Amino acid sequence: MAARPLAEVSVGEVVGPVTVPVSRETLVGYAAASLDQNPIHQDEAFARSVGLPDVIAHGMWTMGASATVVADWAGDAGRVVEFGTRFTKPVVVPVEGNEVVVRGVVKAVDADTGRVTVDVTTTCGGEKVLGRCVAVVRLD
Amino acid sequence: MAVNPDFVGRTYPPSGPYAVDAALISAFAGAVGSHDPVHTDAEAARAAGYPDVVAPPTMAVRLSQQSERAYITDPEAGIDFSRVVHGEQRFVHHRPIAAGDEVLAQTTVDAVRSAGGHSMVTTRTELTTTSGEALTTSTSTIVVRGGEE
Repeated sequence: MAARPLAEVSVGEVVGPVTVPVSRETLVGYAAASLDQNPIHQDEAFARSVGLPDVIAHGMWTMGASATVVADWAGDAGRVVEFGTRFTKPVVVPVEGNEVVVRGVVKAVDADTGRVTVDVTTTCGGEKVLGRCVAVVRLD
Repeated sequence: MAVNPDFVGRTYPPSGPYAVDAALISAFAGAVGSHDPVHTDAEAARAAGYPDVVAPPTMAVRLSQQSERAYITDPEAGIDFSRVVHGEQRFVHHRPIAAGDEVLAQTTVDAVRSAGGHSMVTTRTELTTTSGEALTTSTSTIVVRGGEE
């Protein structure tokens, strides 16, 4: 892959949508890679004991999966220079798994600095799970 | 127990160094579903202008959260971790974190606010190399849910 040329990017361009599956195995893998072993992300009985409907995904998994979609669009993950979000709704992951849908739209292109601002919308079951999710990628 | 507002402005000593290697980057990339070869193929990473494989954009959280732990587990801070949910997260990357980096992480408590019976705690963790090169500014807000006293 190579980074997307800045000249080919315009405001209003759509990123994705990409559907990303998430399973209990996904969360076990994310827990190991991130060191976040909170049992609400792996243990159904524990999750229910603290009032959750079932195991929920790490918010940072959802953010990370969303970053992957933006990075793939940019063509080089190292070009993502800023990424921020609010965690507004949990992604529930029952035994049979779930999926999130990640889409973005280019909101601003700065031809001088090469900074491209992408508003990201990540949904699960049609509902937004991230709020004010914005990425900035730097392209040449 | 309420979150202690006196901690605002406090900066903890740097934690680490944390060694970042190719195996860690590859595992994190797999965990967030990335197949970008800059995470797994050193030749591809060099062709893209990096010294070695580079971390996915959100891998910095693994390092920043290790540093934040010193604050969050400080008994005087008054944070009941069993009531914590992640509210907000933001990364500003000064350059991509790469295999071979030895990373220091230094956390400052930026804000403690109360709203609707909950406490919002914002920390800022600066990731640098051991030689002082800026890598990432990671800003995190956790929500400590209020409960029956």
